[in-house]
Amino acid sequence: MTSDITPAIRVHNLSKTFRKGFQTTRALNNVSLTVDAGEMVALIGASGSGKSTLMRHISGLMLADRADDGMIEVLGYPVQENGHLARGVRAVRGRVGVIFQQFNLVDRLSLLTNVVLGVLGQIPAWRGWFGLFTREERLRALEALRRVGIDQYATQRASTLSGGQQQRAAIARALVQRAEIVLADEPIASLDPESARRVMENLARINREDGITVVVSLHQVDFATRYCARTVALRDGVVVYDGPSEALTHDFLRELYGAAGEELILPGPIAAGPRRVPTARQLRPASA
Amino acid sequence: MTVIDNTGAAAQPLTLPARDVKRSTVNMLGWVVVLAILAWAWEGAEMNPLALVEYADNMAEFASGFFPPNFYEWPTMLREMMITVQVAIWGTVLAVVCSVPLGILSSQNLVPWWVYQPTRRLMDAARAINEFVFAMLFVVAVGLGPFAGVLALWVHTTGVLAKLFSEAVEAIDPNPVEGIRATGADAIHEVIFGVIPQVLPLWISFSLYRFESNLRSATVIGIVGAGGIGMVLWEFIRGFYYAETAAVMLIIIGTVTLLDIVSQVLRQRFT
Repeated sequence: MTSDITPAIRVHNLSKTFRKGFQTTRALNNVSLTVDAGEMVALIGASGSGKSTLMRHISGLMLADRADDGMIEVLGYPVQENGHLARGVRAVRGRVGVIFQQFNLVDRLSLLTNVVLGVLGQIPAWRGWFGLFTREERLRALEALRRVGIDQYATQRASTLSGGQQQRAAIARALVQRAEIVLADEPIASLDPESARRVMENLARINREDGITVVVSLHQVDFATRYCARTVALRDGVVVYDGPSEALTHDFLRELYGAAGEELILPGPIAAGPRRVPTARQLRPASA
Repeated sequence: MTVIDNTGAAAQPLTLPARDVKRSTVNMLGWVVVLAILAWAWEGAEMNPLALVEYADNMAEFASGFFPPNFYEWPTMLREMMITVQVAIWGTVLAVVCSVPLGILSSQNLVPWWVYQPTRRLMDAARAINEFVFAMLFVVAVGLGPFAGVLALWVHTTGVLAKLFSEAVEAIDPNPVEGIRATGADAIHEVIFGVIPQVLPLWISFSLYRFESNLRSATVIGIVGAGGIGMVLWEFIRGFYYAETAAVMLIIIGTVTLLDIVSQVLRQRFT
């Protein structure tokens, strides 16, 4: 339909294998996916189906296998090709806001500072080194905090806020970044139902009002059908469904996932506990 | 509902677990080894506790020479003590400044192995050599005086702090750093906003602790000519002025205790 416009995200033939000792797990298996600008897409699947892995590849925080000619383009610019990080990835990252399950704010910095850091990709590097943010940039951060409804906590340390508030601050950071795409990786998996609803409302609003493309991975299909027109379903690293969210009836999910589908249908345990924190060693590879 | 059903357990007579022969043998052997090491070291150290009794009279006479302490030259003593404090301050500050980049460059989770391995080995070398030895070398290089002491403390403390700093960095939570990277920030931004806020309280605490121990070290490096109270102390000891020596020692004890307390209070505020 919109083949004449550059797609927001284009993933082509992406595979990722994890090796742990003698065991290899294929987390992504020839995944291809296109997201058009302005869409709000849900990515669903049981735990271990490859949702997070796919998200981390799109934001260039993880590199795909080198064997296949997998590649990812964001807004027409390459992020990675054939397992190598693209040269201009920093500029692309600046245009993509990433929201994490664990919020990934810096606990000891104030909410305002955390949010103003969204400009780091756009200002001269030296200004960032010395923390010299202009009045205009700080105001922009405050305005973003107001939009997500937590500007009254601007001066508090991030660690003093609830999970839902921290997650909304993460959305504010993406706004300050003037992100054209927001990738939200399980943004509500560690939140209570009311906070989860508010975070999803905010994501839907920035999609509607600012035309930001949103890709959100979710554990519960109910949220996908309520907030996203389109859903992509993953199972064992393979795309098993890509289409309108309404089609995802409970029977259809059971057909797709078998017994594992129950996990997606039932509200399930709210806080599934923090995911495995990546080891310190994983920090390095993508720091180009 | 925490009713414990132990009726079945009560029916049987209690039996103690059998003695684990293998484990007790290993324990026994461990003690034998420890005693052997102590005996071996006794020889080399020419341990002679009897001498304490034998020369008790001598020692009593020697000790009596220290009393009463002679504070007659207190203005000089205090001035030199101040110089020692000043040497410790600059030695520590220079070391802290250098340890920030060197600590980052020795952190496994931030830089590749071909950066952290050489940096760590360099820091090992700086740490392995006592500040006393560095002081002797710097006295030759820059001449007698406190500046040689500052340089000595600087080099040695950099080796210590860079290691402590990097250990703190290796224990950080990598998630916030990733959050900052995802905004399009560069590696230096990641360190400044993602790493340093996480490690700052520990870094401050380590730095203050090193200041305390540098102050103690600074009192002795004067003996090799690197300025401060140590020089005065050495002169008095060499001249058998024991009453004056006692006075200097009391001044050192007072100053070190005072600054230790201040530094401890500060450290508690940061952690």
